[in-house]
Parts: sequence; structure tokens; C-alpha cells
Amino acid sequence: MSAHAYKKKNPVWDWLTTVDHKKIGILYLASGAFFFLLGGLEAILLRVQLLYPEFDFVGAETFNQLLTMHGTTMIFLAAMPLVFGFMNAIVPLQIGARDVAFPFVNSLGFWLFSLGGVLLNLGWFMGGAPDAGWTGYAPLSTTSPGNGVDFYVLGLQISGIGTLIGGINFLVTIINMRAPGMTFMRMPLFTWSSFITSGLILFAFPALTIGLALLMFDRLFGSQFFAAEAGGNPIIYEHLFWIFGHPEVYILVLPAFGIFSEIIATFARKRLFGYSAMVFATALIGFLGFMVWVHHMFTVGLGPIANSIFAVATMLIAVPTGVKIFNWLFTMWGGKVSFPTANLFAVGFIPSFVLGGMTGVMLSVPPADYQYHDSYFVVAHFHYVIVGGVVFGLFAGMYYWWPKIFGTLLNEFLGKLHFWLFFIGFHLTFFPMHFLGLMGMPRRVYTYLSGQSLDEANFAATIGAFLMGLATIIMLWNIIQTSIKGKKAGNDPWDARTLEWAIASPAPEYNFAQTPLVRGLDAWWLEKRAGNKAMIAAEPLDDIHMPDSSILPLVLSIGLFIAALAAMYSNWVIAIGGLVITAVAMILRSVIDYHGYHIHKEDLPDEGREGK
Amino acid sequence: MQMKRWRNVWRFLPLLSVIALALTGCGNEQLTAMLPKGEGAEMQFNLMMLSLYIMIGVFVVVALIYTVVLVRFRRRGESDNEIPEQTEGNVVLEILWTVVPIILLLILAVPTVMTTFALDEGTEKVPEGATVIKVTAHQYWWEFEYPDLEVKTSQDLYIPTGERVYFELVSKDVTHSFWVPTLGGKMDTNTATTNKMWLNAQEPGTYYGKCAELCGPSHALMDFKVIAQEKEDFEAWAEKMKEAGSQAASDQAAQGEEIFANSCIGCHAVGSEGGNTGPNLTNFGDREKVAGILDHTDQNIKDWISNPSEFKPGNNMPAFGDQLNDEELDALVVYLQGLKVEE
Repeated sequence: MSAHAYKKKNPVWDWLTTVDHKKIGILYLASGAFFFLLGGLEAILLRVQLLYPEFDFVGAETFNQLLTMHGTTMIFLAAMPLVFGFMNAIVPLQIGARDVAFPFVNSLGFWLFSLGGVLLNLGWFMGGAPDAGWTGYAPLSTTSPGNGVDFYVLGLQISGIGTLIGGINFLVTIINMRAPGMTFMRMPLFTWSSFITSGLILFAFPALTIGLALLMFDRLFGSQFFAAEAGGNPIIYEHLFWIFGHPEVYILVLPAFGIFSEIIATFARKRLFGYSAMVFATALIGFLGFMVWVHHMFTVGLGPIANSIFAVATMLIAVPTGVKIFNWLFTMWGGKVSFPTANLFAVGFIPSFVLGGMTGVMLSVPPADYQYHDSYFVVAHFHYVIVGGVVFGLFAGMYYWWPKIFGTLLNEFLGKLHFWLFFIGFHLTFFPMHFLGLMGMPRRVYTYLSGQSLDEANFAATIGAFLMGLATIIMLWNIIQTSIKGKKAGNDPWDARTLEWAIASPAPEYNFAQTPLVRGLDAWWLEKRAGNKAMIAAEPLDDIHMPDSSILPLVLSIGLFIAALAAMYSNWVIAIGGLVITAVAMILRSVIDYHGYHIHKEDLPDEGREGK
Repeated sequence: MQMKRWRNVWRFLPLLSVIALALTGCGNEQLTAMLPKGEGAEMQFNLMMLSLYIMIGVFVVVALIYTVVLVRFRRRGESDNEIPEQTEGNVVLEILWTVVPIILLLILAVPTVMTTFALDEGTEKVPEGATVIKVTAHQYWWEFEYPDLEVKTSQDLYIPTGERVYFELVSKDVTHSFWVPTLGGKMDTNTATTNKMWLNAQEPGTYYGKCAELCGPSHALMDFKVIAQEKEDFEAWAEKMKEAGSQAASDQAAQGEEIFANSCIGCHAVGSEGGNTGPNLTNFGDREKVAGILDHTDQNIKDWISNPSEFKPGNNMPAFGDQLNDEELDALVVYLQGLKVEE
């Protein structure tokens, strides 16, 4: 079947059917970037509405749809896929694997995510987007008129299944597919944090699945789980949502921590300080992340005992997070730190995130939280954490890994402009929000009356948002320029430390012609310092087995998409038709044997061979 | 090149600090949480400050190390090819930055837990003689009931100063959150459970209240007022409220009363007469705002009655612009403006 490998494939068909983790990574990155721009546009519209007191720009209903879709899009459709994009593009390379454990599942995860995301956004064109907040609290969500919240419930459900199976895939990949010598305590920090994040996904997403399923029953099938008059209780939804929702924060930020750990060590030209402490701190943050969800619910009225326990648990998270900050600082201490854009974002992240961490500790104090909660103080806090942590991390990762993924270098001048504008705009937007909250401005308000001393800070915040928008446009320009005429990057443009830099940029289809032998932490750095030009091979050169591509993941996802859309309009014939498509795709997958194909060793290019 | 880069860093710092200064005005003193005028708000403010001081201490340490790193350990150009020593770590340092934060957090945790319990004190078994108020949140207005005083009102919450006033909070439709920043933190109003809290205003005055939980399109407009009065003034107010009922001082007002009895009384009560699905209007003439947000002028009242959704999108009051002519609206306004219990 080897002819298969050399047939010129139709590029569209190739992208729709690919099971190659690098291509799926690019698909995740591209769709994540698209949704990031969409969520950013929504944010700008929100800020324009709040530019002046009693300003009329989009109005109350649209504002609530925008705030709901901004949050939902940024968390589920931008940050999640961008994190998954880097995990896909980089983790198999970092552990010296040829692909992920389940390439088919990987593709399925992507298509479920992306079609769920499309479904979620269809509301804009079909009578109104969801408007109950990204948290979707009942009874507001169960009583919201129209189909808006249905798009939220079903779109997130489908997209969430994609994330869940993606997480399982990475758990298995990292446990089973590591190259010889790549012990757990030699794994790069990005792989470690991807591993822990995948574990968090496995345990956190089912809670969301249940919460959304109950919402679905209440909205579509007339059940009354959250209707107080029928004996239901909406607080159950709040618990389910935050049992998922808090770990979700760590699901996003731990991979960003991993990215920073790679970048800071690389550009300090030093081994990561306190590697094992960093690993244990990451694991501890992941573990404690499940013990603190009630700090989102201090004002729900659960009583002083519950509030106190969760307050102390929340404070504890500051300890491993602090450990990480100090270890990053001491990685740079005594190093030779250079500042390309990737490292600017990493270095800019440290003070920004520390501010977010400070307000995090302040929020863990229930009596003080009775004031902060649901005010702009909280808006300031979580944007410091999610923009200052996650988004800075994703940007840093983009500048750092772009050469490995695409083979070219992003323009450094535009990159630095992007960083400075974004950094200044970010602080200008969110720093004043702390004061807005303390001055009595609740969050999620579409306007504020004049004469409440809220005008200046809101104006400043909107100007900051424009700066971030401008920075993003410059980033886009950079990406377009680089795609057209980017400078070719070598295999290892940053003199980096981990395995992905030992192979060509972009990595060949099969990643490693010969599985490498890993001889320590920072495997590639060790070989370079030992004077080797390539990794030592752990196996003789042989034919490489590759998985077959398949259209079934897309078909399966389209079936669910159709079923969900039809169910919203109670068109049960079409809904069942959609489920039948999904079922047939699953049956086909089960009964057809996929043998894959081989790339013959004679056909491997010379430079693909290692250890020569 | 490197010097230039550094100037960039410092250039925006003065900008930021000017903005921060302009904003650190503590806000509107009837609304802000930073100038507390209630016992609860003060306890909460003290904890905010304690946690802020501890955190500033941590930030200073991080900032110092950070500055030293960025100044001292830069790579000086491409030619600087010296490979730094590949330090693995330092156990003493790891222990240090684990143990010191734990101690700092203990210093914070003890008063945190004590205050959490203190703020809940008395809510289960309300002390003898204390004022109890039942708060019911609706999309998008607030209902206040004083069961012991047999008084019901809405939008303007009257409380006595110098004592803890106990609240029982529920919601009729979706989750809201009851927040008077200057007097104390917020508490959600749930549909399925009753929440309890207290507020203690230390001086007479008017304070702004907000809904803090997204509750629909007009969430931003669900404002109310807290009018804190000396105990005797409050008691006098309650007495007058108990007596108050429908009153018409002129012919025009009498016409308005009739219109009210035909069109409004199904939802709005005056005194003990009338429905309960809309705000109680017994002391409507005393209010500073129409519907919590508009200035209390005759024209605004007319506009509101004609088309409430224009001012509070998504609210449940039907528009009466088509049903009542201008003359009827005028009469209704005169009647409503006459509903006063205070001078």
C-alpha cells in the first residue's frame, strides 16, 4: 500500500481527513485563532458600549449576548483549542513519538470541537445568541426566551466531548509513547503540564457534561431540575458548573506555565531551576484545583463552615504557584537572558500574573469576597490570570514554536510592537477595573448611570481595549507577512533544549526517522553540548508505519451537529437522521480494518536519518 | 539598542501611575466599598487591607528579584556566547519559598475564618427586638417586607441606624444578588432557598444598592436605595406606612385614583390594597428615582407608564401608552405623586 504515500492528495480532502498530529495541531491553532479574533471583536464592542455612562451603542439585549459569547468563545473556542493546538503540534515531538496514541480519536476531537463551536455561534444568525452568561446559571438560562441558550447548551456539549476525548488521547500518548530514556522525570515541562492538564480534563469535563445535560432536559424536554416551584434547585447547577469551571482555569493556565518554562530556560540558556519542584508544584496545583470550586460561590449562602474550608483551600494554591514564580526567576538568575518576542511575553507574564495571583489570594477571603464577588474587581482578577497568564503564554508559544510548526520565523520587529502595545493595552484595560469593582460597579452591566464616579476608569479601560485590538491587528499582519515571505528557520533557531528542535522545521510527516535515545533532561541540549549534531538513534533505520487518514471523524461530527440543530427546533425526524449518520460512522469505523501504510526506509530523505 | 529598549519600559510607567492616581479616588461615597459606613463593610474592608498589605509585601520581593535579573543577567549581544552554569536548583531556597508563604497565609487565614463566622452571627436566631426585613428580588425590582411592622414597600429600603438589621433574601424568578457596597457585602437571592444576612448602617444617609448577579437584559438597571434613619425617625416612618393608603387631594388626583383602580391595582398595591406582582407604591411620591433609574419627574413617570420597556428592556410591565390618553396619564401622575408618607 506504499503507493498511497506518494499519491498527490487533494489539499482540501487532505486537511479534512488528516490524522497527522501536526496537521491537526495547525487546524486547532487556525480555528482557535479565528475564534480568538471573534471573541476579541465581541470584547471591543462590549467596551465601546461602556465607553460613556448611559451610552447607547448595542443596547441591553445584544450586550448580554455579546458578554455571554465573549466569555464562552474565549474560554472554550479560543483558549482551549489553542492549548490543544500546541499540545498536538509539540508534545509528540517533545517525547520523541511518531504520532499520538489514537490518531483517529485526535481528528474526531478536533471536528467535534470545531463543529460545536460553529453551532454555538449560529445563534447570531438564527434569532439571537446565548445571553445567560458563559456560566449559564439556571434559572436565567432555563427561562431565557428563544433558542439562544440552546445553542450554548448543545454547542458546548458537542465541543466538550471533543475536548474530553482529546484529553484522554494525550494522557495515553504521554504515558505510552515516550522514546527510550524519556522517563517521567526527564519530560519537558510543557509535556508535563499537558499531561496534568489532560488529567484535569478527564475529571472536570464530565461535571460540565452533566450540568449541560440537565440544562438540556429542562429546556428541550420539559424537566424541572432547576425550577424551584417544582422542587428543583438551581444551586445544583452552580456546583456542577464550578466543579468543572475552576479546574478549567488550571486546564488553560498549566500548559501556559509549561510554555513559559520552556521559553524562559531556552532564552536564559540555563536548565530550568528546581525542575522537580516545578513538576510537583504543577501536579499540586492540578490536585488542589478540584478542592476550591466553592470560592466562586461564597455569596450563594452555603454558610460560614463551607466558606471557611474552601477559603483556606484556595489560599493553599498560592503556595505552589509562588514556587513556580520563584523558580522561573531563579532560572534566569545567573543566566544569559536574551529577549526575542517569545521571551518578552514570558518575562512580561511574570509581573502581570503575580498581580492576578495577588488578587486571587485577596478573593479567597470570603468576607472580602462578599464585596468583590460579581463586581468589576473579579473581572479585573480573572483577566489578569487568563490574559496575563494564558494569552501571554499562547502568544509566547506562537513566536517560539512558529518556526517548528511552519518552518519560518515571525518578524521580530512586528513581534515586539505587538508585545508592547498588547502589554500596555492589557494593563490599561484591566488595572482600572479593580477600582471600578471596589467603587461599586457590578459585572455584566450593559451601562452605568453617570454621577457614580465610574466614568474615568471605564473610559481608560476602553482605550486599553483599543490598544489590544491594534496589537492583535499587528500580529495578524505579521502572520500574513511571514506566510508570504517569511525568513526560513533552521532546525534549531533558538539554540533550544528539547527534542522537537533536533529534527527538521517543519517536522517531517513521520517526525523521527529513527526513534531517538534520550539521555537526560533537556535531551537535545545535552547532545549539542556533547558535540553531537543529532540525537543518538534508539533503533535501526526501518520502514515507518503510518496511520490511514479518514473522513469518518468529520462525518460523525456533522451527524451530531445536525441532530443538535434539529432538536432545538423540535424537528425530531431530522434529529434522529443526524444521530443515524453518527451511528453509521461509528459502525463503519468499527467494522472496517485500517492497516495504515509504510514509508520505506529507502524513501526517507538523507537528512531525515539520525546518528550517521 | 538595548538602552532604547529600556526607555520603552519606563515610558509607560508614569502614564500608568497617573491613571492609577486619577482612579484611586475612592468613588461615590454613597456607593463605594472603599469608604465603608457599615459595621459589616468595615470588617470586610479591614480584611481587604490586611490581605492587600501581605500581597504587596510579596509583590515587592518578586519585583526586586525580577529587576535584578533583568538588569544583571542579560545576554550582551550575539557574540556573548558564554554558557552559564546549568544549576539544578537549591533545596534551601525551595523550602524557604514554600514555608514563608504558608506562614503569611496563616496570618491571613485566622482573621478570615473569624470574620466569616462573625458576619454570620445571629442570622439563624435573630436577637430579640431586632428589625427583620424580607427581601424579594424580581426582574428588575426589589420588594421589601417588614413582617413584624406589617409594612410592605419596594425600591427604597428604610432601615434604622446603629443596629444590625436582619435580612431574609429570596427571589421570585431568577437568581439575583443583593448588594449595598457602602454598608456591606452582597448575598445572592435564590429561588429555592432563603438566605440570611445583616447590615448595620453607622450613620443616617442614603446608600445605593445594586443587583450583582446577571438576571436578564435590565440587570444593569436593577438599582435600589437604602435610606438609613435614626431609630425614632425609622419607627415614625413605619407607623405612617402602616396607616397609609390610597389618597387623592384634588379632583385630578381622584380621576387618577380611579384609573389606578382600573388599570394598575392588579399588580401594584397602595397600602394594603392591590396586587403584588409589581412594586408596592404606597410611598411612591417620596422616591428619588422612577423605577430605580430615572429622575423623579412627572414627565419621566408618564414616559415610563407609556412604554416601560424603553427604559428597562425585558421588564414585565405592559406599555400603557395606547390605553391611556394624555389627560389620563396626567391624572395618574398627579395621583401617584401624592402618595407620600414623608414631608
